[in-house]
Amino acid sequence: MNPAVTDLGELVGREYKEGFVTDIEADTLPPGLDEDVIRFLSAKKDEPDFVLEWRLDAFRRWQNMKQPNWAQVRHAPIDFQAISYYSAPKSDADRPKSLDEIDPKLLETYDKLGIPLEEQKALAGIAVDAVFDSVSVATTFKDKLAKIGVIFCPLSEALANHPDLVRQYLGSVVPAADNFYAALNSAVFTEGSFVYIPKGVRCPMELSTYFRINALNTGQFERTLIIADEGSYVSYLEGCTAPMRDENQLHAAVVELVALKDAQIKYSTVQNWYPGDEEGRGGIYNFVTKRGVCRGDNAKISWTQVETGSAITWKYPSVLLEGDSSVGEFYSVALTNHCQQADTGTKMVHIGRNTSSTIISKGISAGRGQNAYRGLVKVLKGAETARNYSQCDSLLMGDRCGAHTFPYLEVKNPTATIEHEATTSKIGEDQLFYCRQRGLSEEDAVSLIVNGFCKEVFRELPMEFAVEAQKLLSISLEGAVG
Amino acid sequence: MLKISKLTVTVDGKTILNGLDLEVGPGEVHAIMGPNGSGKSTLANVIAGREGYPVTGGSVSFLGQDLLSLAPEKRAREGVFLAFQYPVEIPGVANVYLLKEAVNATRQHRGEEKLDAMDFLKLVREKLKLLQMKEEFLYRSVNEGFSGGEKKRNEIFQMAMLEPRLAVLDETDSGLDIDALKIVADGVNAQRSPDRSVILVTHYQRLLDYIVPDRVHVLAGGRIVRSGDKRLALELEAQGYGWVESDPSTVSAA
Ligand SMILES: Nc1ncnc2c1ncn2[C@@H]1O[C@H](COP(=O)(O)OP(=O)(O)OP(=O)(O)O)[C@@H](O)[C@H]1O
Ligand SMILES: [Mg+2]
Repeated sequence: MNPAVTDLGELVGREYKEGFVTDIEADTLPPGLDEDVIRFLSAKKDEPDFVLEWRLDAFRRWQNMKQPNWAQVRHAPIDFQAISYYSAPKSDADRPKSLDEIDPKLLETYDKLGIPLEEQKALAGIAVDAVFDSVSVATTFKDKLAKIGVIFCPLSEALANHPDLVRQYLGSVVPAADNFYAALNSAVFTEGSFVYIPKGVRCPMELSTYFRINALNTGQFERTLIIADEGSYVSYLEGCTAPMRDENQLHAAVVELVALKDAQIKYSTVQNWYPGDEEGRGGIYNFVTKRGVCRGDNAKISWTQVETGSAITWKYPSVLLEGDSSVGEFYSVALTNHCQQADTGTKMVHIGRNTSSTIISKGISAGRGQNAYRGLVKVLKGAETARNYSQCDSLLMGDRCGAHTFPYLEVKNPTATIEHEATTSKIGEDQLFYCRQRGLSEEDAVSLIVNGFCKEVFRELPMEFAVEAQKLLSISLEGAVG
Repeated sequence: MLKISKLTVTVDGKTILNGLDLEVGPGEVHAIMGPNGSGKSTLANVIAGREGYPVTGGSVSFLGQDLLSLAPEKRAREGVFLAFQYPVEIPGVANVYLLKEAVNATRQHRGEEKLDAMDFLKLVREKLKLLQMKEEFLYRSVNEGFSGGEKKRNEIFQMAMLEPRLAVLDETDSGLDIDALKIVADGVNAQRSPDRSVILVTHYQRLLDYIVPDRVHVLAGGRIVRSGDKRLALELEAQGYGWVESDPSTVSAA
């Protein structure tokens, strides 16, 4: 252990003995992870005791776990002691001062996406204040939601104001030690969102559409918890279509969704973290655990994701179909270009009777990209007349990329109806020529064909998001052909 | 309009076109006939700029420009249109969407404004009517699930939308029933104009009853072996290609 950490350990230990909660000066922790670091994090957030206990329990289990190696991805081992688990938001002095200091390629992308200048600055990490008034927008928005009883706030705030609600559900879908990265997240999570929709309420707006910027300060170990009470509805949008500057290599987020009887949650993601350069240097490792549970009859959870960023994506948004006649859906577009790797898919676990699930996965590989679909459909003994339909299509561009499909099926009830279709195709020379003969440039032709390929997924996205996702896809594919 | 001189195309060491000459003037309709595998589609593809047909000799000039030096999309925007012998399916892409992109790419190239949604729709409806097509075709994926005849009709619909200067129709009549053939022919005739030229590739004299050509050519052995007026097509219909191919005295007399 380096001296700094020892000092800190002493400091934290001493303060803890003294009651600890107020007044912790440090803004950034040196790299390293032990129980003291976790106590520090928890104290910094002024969390209730049960959270600290929960974190510590997760940490203790995590220490006995191994990094999973079954996914179709390759990377150098990650040194978890080399990561700093807390840093306060950067002070203005440390930020870039103007757009001149930002990578021109990033700015070019912002322009193509049509992002206004002030937002560009914010996305690029430049200090912007009054000009970009997301704060006041946020306030109006919050008031409106509060009137109908919707809670939408940072998880830390929810822990302070609604501890019982959080306690009831936190870790109830993704248990603390569910898997290696989820356990790590449970131990050290720092940021995240909390949503509660009361009984019978239809949330009148897409949560988070208002803020492209919203995702800006999401941390490396984000944790989101969404609860839709009986008969309620919510559509939640995660992420940002603009690629963001981010120095963190590892992202290990956890998202838990709980849909009670007759409730519906629609969760859409556009993930566009830094993918690394064309030679595969840099880029985010995105190791995410997302799971929803339909905890009552007729509940429905839909995951829609467009994954174009990150050097490595490891992600399986899943649904546990407990309630009778509950419904799970997974719509996914995953694109890998250059040296990106994606291993993504879903798990649909049929527990209740008459449950149904739909899986539509579209994998696009270009450059030297590697794309794997991995999906499990599990029908338990009691799940009478369960139905699943899966469709996994892969599109290859060029001959140095790869597509892989790993469908797993475990059926314990003979009344189940399971359908699986899979196709692999190359983007056709004849399709490209046809479009070009009609006057489209090669790039436009590629983007038209790829967007057509993804149509079944895009149409599940909220309108505005869909348009941006299409643009994003074209941008991510630039230089993939010709 | 179009001037092809001594065009030679060699694929994998096999010479498909061998010193082909052809000249098409403004407003003219030329029919090209010839046995299977004689190189008609190859000629059409070379004019449109498809990859995989290396030109090893000769030249093609279109409106005074060297056509062969242009990328396929540039040729299209300059007004070269190819109605494909086998139109391609593009799943998930609405017919109308491709059309809009295509029309606007050409307009932009000409320095014109993009059409707004209303004007575009108006134009589309007018042309649909010309080809007697239902509006639902607009919203179906490009050629996906279209019957053979519907695909061909869709090609001529696209031609009507794009208003090309030179249209090469590669066996557009194959697969059309009698009624559809008339509709498509009427559609093409409606588009005949002094500044639009058409090359019709066909196997059947019947099409030429409806679209009366100014010239008829026979392509064999990689070049035009015989040219004449519409009566040549009738002769071919009666006698087949044997006599033109085997007659050593035939000369190109375009
Ligand atoms: N890409 C290719 N590679 C190899 N040979 C080719 C290629 N394209 C065409 N050919 C050959 O060139 C010859 C001419 O083909 P083309 O399609 O131009 O004939 P066509 O006159 O249009 O015939 P059809 O009347 O049957 O449509 C054929 O022998 C064909 O097999
Ligand atoms: Mg042909």
